[in-house]
Amino acid sequence: MNHRAPFEWIAAIRFLKEGRMQTIFIVTAVAIGVAVIVFMSAMLSSLEANFLKRVLTSQPHIQLVPPDEVARPLRRYPSGDVVATIYQRPAQRIRSLDQWQAVTRQLAQWPEIVTISPVVSASGLAIKGAASRSIALLGIDPAVYFKIVRLPDYIVAGQARLLADDIVIGTDLAKDLGVALGDKIIVRAGTGASVVLTISGLFDLGNKGANERSTYVSLRTGQALSGLAGGVSTIDITVEDIYAAEDVAQAIQAATGIEADSWIKTNAQFFSAIAAQSNSNTLIRVFVALSIAFGIASVLVVSVIQRSKDIGILRAVGTTQGQILRIFLLQGGLLGFLGAIVGAGVGAGALVLWHGYLRRPDGSELFPLVLEPSLLVIALVLAAVTGVAAAAVPALRAAKLDPVVAIRG
Amino acid sequence: MDEPDVLRLVDLCKSYNVCTPVETEVLHNINLTLRRGEFVALIGPSGSGKSTLLNIIGLLDRPTKGALFINGREVSRLDDAAITKLRGHSIGFVFQYHYLISAYTALENVMMPMLVDQEFPNDQMRVRAAHLLAEVGLTQWQDNLANNMSGGQQQRVAIARALAINPVLILADEPTGNLDTASANGVFEMMRAMNRANGTTFLLVTHNMDLARRCDRIVEVIDGRISAQPAAA
Repeated sequence: MNHRAPFEWIAAIRFLKEGRMQTIFIVTAVAIGVAVIVFMSAMLSSLEANFLKRVLTSQPHIQLVPPDEVARPLRRYPSGDVVATIYQRPAQRIRSLDQWQAVTRQLAQWPEIVTISPVVSASGLAIKGAASRSIALLGIDPAVYFKIVRLPDYIVAGQARLLADDIVIGTDLAKDLGVALGDKIIVRAGTGASVVLTISGLFDLGNKGANERSTYVSLRTGQALSGLAGGVSTIDITVEDIYAAEDVAQAIQAATGIEADSWIKTNAQFFSAIAAQSNSNTLIRVFVALSIAFGIASVLVVSVIQRSKDIGILRAVGTTQGQILRIFLLQGGLLGFLGAIVGAGVGAGALVLWHGYLRRPDGSELFPLVLEPSLLVIALVLAAVTGVAAAAVPALRAAKLDPVVAIRG
Repeated sequence: MDEPDVLRLVDLCKSYNVCTPVETEVLHNINLTLRRGEFVALIGPSGSGKSTLLNIIGLLDRPTKGALFINGREVSRLDDAAITKLRGHSIGFVFQYHYLISAYTALENVMMPMLVDQEFPNDQMRVRAAHLLAEVGLTQWQDNLANNMSGGQQQRVAIARALAINPVLILADEPTGNLDTASANGVFEMMRAMNRANGTTFLLVTHNMDLARRCDRIVEVIDGRISAQPAAA
C-alpha cells in the first residue's frame, strides 16, 4: 500500500483488485462498448472525411452563376395590363457574369473567402480524324483554379499545363479518340468556333463519366471558343469554413445580386446522408454509453451489498460519509477508464486491421484512415465520467449506510 | 486539576421507533463512568442491551435521552462529521468476528485508521503499524492478506488496529467469543498487556465469566439497566 496516496484511491483500487472477477468482467464489457464506439466513430469520420475530400477537391464550395433568362408577359403601355399571358421559357444562352472583374475584386476582400477563380464553361466536340466525342469545356486560370480543383493530383501523364493551345483531357476520352500525350485534336465549341489544341496532360478522376467528358483549356481559349471574349460564365470560390459555405453564399448574393450556389445546396442529398450517418452514430454511442453506465452501476450496487461490513468498519474507524462516497465514485471512474483504455486500443487496432484487409480490386486502400488521437482521449474521458456518474447511486447508498447496520451485515 | 473521566454516561436512554405507537425503550437511565487505564468487563444476557450500549459509547449510534461525555466533553449532540472525527481520533474497536478488510494485508489493516485520519504524519504510519504488529507478535504475518490468517491472528490484528491511533478508549465486543480457549486467553492477555503498557481504557463485552473476573471491574446490564456491579476477582 502506498501510504502517501489518498486513502480513497487506495481503498478503491484494493476493492477492485479483491473483486477481481467482477472487475475483469465489467472492464471487458466497458472495453467492448468503447471499442465499438471508437471503431464506428473513426470509421465513419474517415468515410465522411473521404467523401468530403472527394466532393470538395473536385468542385468549388460556392459558384456564382449568371441569372436565368426569363420571359416576361407582354403588357400594354401605359396601363400595364397583361396582353399576352402565355409565354415560353427562353433557351439559356451562355452569357457572361456582369461586372465579373469588379465582383472578383470586391469578394477578394472578404476574410471568409480563400480562392476566387473565374471560369468559362461550354460544350463542344473533340475530334480526331473520324472519331468525335462530345465534351464539356472548362476555360480556367490554372494558377487559381487548381487551388479549388486539384487537377494536378489526378494527372497520370504529362502535366497540368494550359498554354493557349494546350488541352488537358481524361484518360477515357483519350482512349475513345485514340490519342496520346502530345497529340493534336480539333475542339469545336457549340458556337461553331473550332481550334486545334495539343494534349498536354491526361488525368484520371476515378470516374468514367468525368474522364470521358471533362476537358480543361486556358481561360482565353475557353473565352474564344464560347464566344465570351473577356467574359466568364461562372466564378468558382472556396471558403475558409466549408460548413459555412451556404451562409457565405447567401451573403454574396445579398451583397452582389448574383446568384450564388453553395456546395451544401448543390449536394443536399449528400449532406443529408452525412447528417443521417452522424445522427445514427450518435444514437449508437448514446445507447452503448447507457449500457456501460448500467453495467458499472449494477456491479457497484452488488459491491456495496457485499462490502457492507467493510463499509461499517471503515465508518467505525472514522471514515467520513464523503470518503465512502468518493471510494465508490472512484471505483466507477476507474472501471470506466480501464475499460476505455482497453477498448480504445482494441477498437483502434481492429479498425487498422480491417482497413488493411479491405482493399479495392487494384490493391489501393478503400478510403484514407483518419484516427484522431482526440477521439481516443475523448473516449477515455467520457468513459471515466460515465463510470463516475453510474457510480453515483451505489456510492450514495454506501455513504448513507448506518455503520451499526453495516457491521451487523 | 483532576484528569477527566474517559467516559461518563448520565441518565442515558435509548428507544427505537420513537414517537410511534410501538416505541420501545431498550436502555433505561444508564449511568456509568470509566476512568483512564481501567479494564472493565460488560456482561449480561443476550438481548439485555449490551451491544446497543456499546454502539452508543462507540459513537456509532445516538442516545435518545441523557448525556455522553468523552474526556469530559459532552458529545451526544455533535453533528455527524464531528462525531465521525471524534470516533476516528478517540475510540478503537475490536469486534467478535474480527472484521478486518479482507482486501488489505495485516499491515494495511493496522494502517487504515491512520490513513483515514488525514492528520497522521505519513512517514510514521508504516513504522507505527509494524511496531504494533510486532507487539501482538505478528511481524512475520504483516504482509499476509487478512483472510489468509487464523481467527486468533485476525483478532490480534484487530487489536493492533484498535490501538493504531492511540485512542483513549477501546471497545471490544466479545473479542474472544469466536476463538478457542487458548486463543481467547492469548487475545485477552494481549489486551490486558496493552492496557497496562499504554494506560488505554478498555470496555470489554463478554459472556465468559472467567475472563470477566480477570478485569478491574464488571458492569452488568440486565433488561437495559445497569444492575449491581459484581466485584471482579
